[in-house]
Amino acid sequence: MELGQRLLEGDKKAAARMISLIENDDPHALEILSESYQYTGKAKVIGITGPPGAGKSTLVDKVVKQLRARGKTVGVIAVDPTSPFTGGSILGDRIRMSDLNLDPGVFIRSMGTRGHLGGLSKATLGAVKILDLLGKDFILIETVGVGQSEVDIVKAADSVLMVMVPGLGDDIQAIKAGIMEIGDVFVVNKADRDGADRTKMEIEMMLDFSHQEWRPPVSMAVAVNNKGIDEIVDNLELHLTFLEESGKLMENRVKNSEMEILDLSQTALLKHMTRSDDNRAWLRGLAEKIARRELDPYTGSQMVLDKMITQSIGGGKDENTES
Amino acid sequence: MDRPIRVLVAKPGLDGHDRGAKVIARALRDAGMEVIYTGLRLTPEQIVQAAIQEDVDVVALSILSGAHGHLLPKVVNLLKQEDAYDEILVLGGGVIPEEDIPGLKEKGIAEVFTPGTPTTVTIDFIQNNLKRKQ
Repeated sequence: MELGQRLLEGDKKAAARMISLIENDDPHALEILSESYQYTGKAKVIGITGPPGAGKSTLVDKVVKQLRARGKTVGVIAVDPTSPFTGGSILGDRIRMSDLNLDPGVFIRSMGTRGHLGGLSKATLGAVKILDLLGKDFILIETVGVGQSEVDIVKAADSVLMVMVPGLGDDIQAIKAGIMEIGDVFVVNKADRDGADRTKMEIEMMLDFSHQEWRPPVSMAVAVNNKGIDEIVDNLELHLTFLEESGKLMENRVKNSEMEILDLSQTALLKHMTRSDDNRAWLRGLAEKIARRELDPYTGSQMVLDKMITQSIGGGKDENTES
Repeated sequence: MDRPIRVLVAKPGLDGHDRGAKVIARALRDAGMEVIYTGLRLTPEQIVQAAIQEDVDVVALSILSGAHGHLLPKVVNLLKQEDAYDEILVLGGGVIPEEDIPGLKEKGIAEVFTPGTPTTVTIDFIQNNLKRKQ
């Protein structure tokens, strides 16, 4: 329990270790998080997403400095892709943030996706809670460079900053479904390049089509030169205020919690199904029948569910499955 | 527990030559490790804070400026001050004269890899000398 106590007292090393343990599915760390969950939820969580090379890391560096100037403490979780072939990864987001290393009000952690799709890693939500417990006012999550449908960040963040750059494609790109729909605040970075005005206009036009209560603001920035950062942070603060005043903050958090428990149960079920040799052999038997067309996969999956229900009613043979 | 080895690759001091560090980073990645690449011109203090936040198993320092005698032991000492040295393996690499290596090892650098070392040697060394169990 010592680790949990140290975390609540603001110990960076405890936070760093806790994140590793959560990444590695350590049952003891899950227990600590489950006991201290009641103390989380204080931090404002901001997702930063956009295509590869849009300047997300540079922008994060500047936004953190701006938040620090406004007296806030900040945690950063920077996600980069893991190689599906070797399991290795190069996590390079810190390169743009080296000035922040020595600021005691900032904690940065790089994470590999470790096979998880959707733009985040499986342990990202856990890491957010840990930095929340560490006492950070704001937590920024930088996703991997996204394409068109990596939208997991909406499940993890209160507010999503979408970073766009000029020259990515015509206006059809902007009306496709997917990542363009999840931004709460937009910024056109690298706005000193040709076509920035046009990109901004296309985003504005796309946003004009939707009639949500919140119309996302679009601003311009040149993050490397620290231009336009104030406005981004102002816009994020405006959105967070809107969320609080409209009651949407809680509404969204309920939605996110629902998705989180479904995700966690799904993972736990799959783990349960493949844990014991008996279950694995049984599953293999089903698969063989399905491949030989003696059984169909729809009935098969129903049988899996039935078996799991019987097993969990039959008593917890697997005491590690749930806490 | 099968978890990836986490390595911080850093270049301390005033030294703009990062080809070697990038080659090592790539080789470690291909060996299945998570490499946190921190870029150029970091102070020992910055490196140690990053190593702690990232909870790494290894700090690999590449240096070609000639200041290894000062900067590498400083990283070790700061890690000790932070109570982190017992769990983190510290390695050096780059243009470091043969005669300086014993002194660096005495000061807590576990091994030094000079130009021409096959990357497999470095990978094996890391896999066999981790201080924290995987």
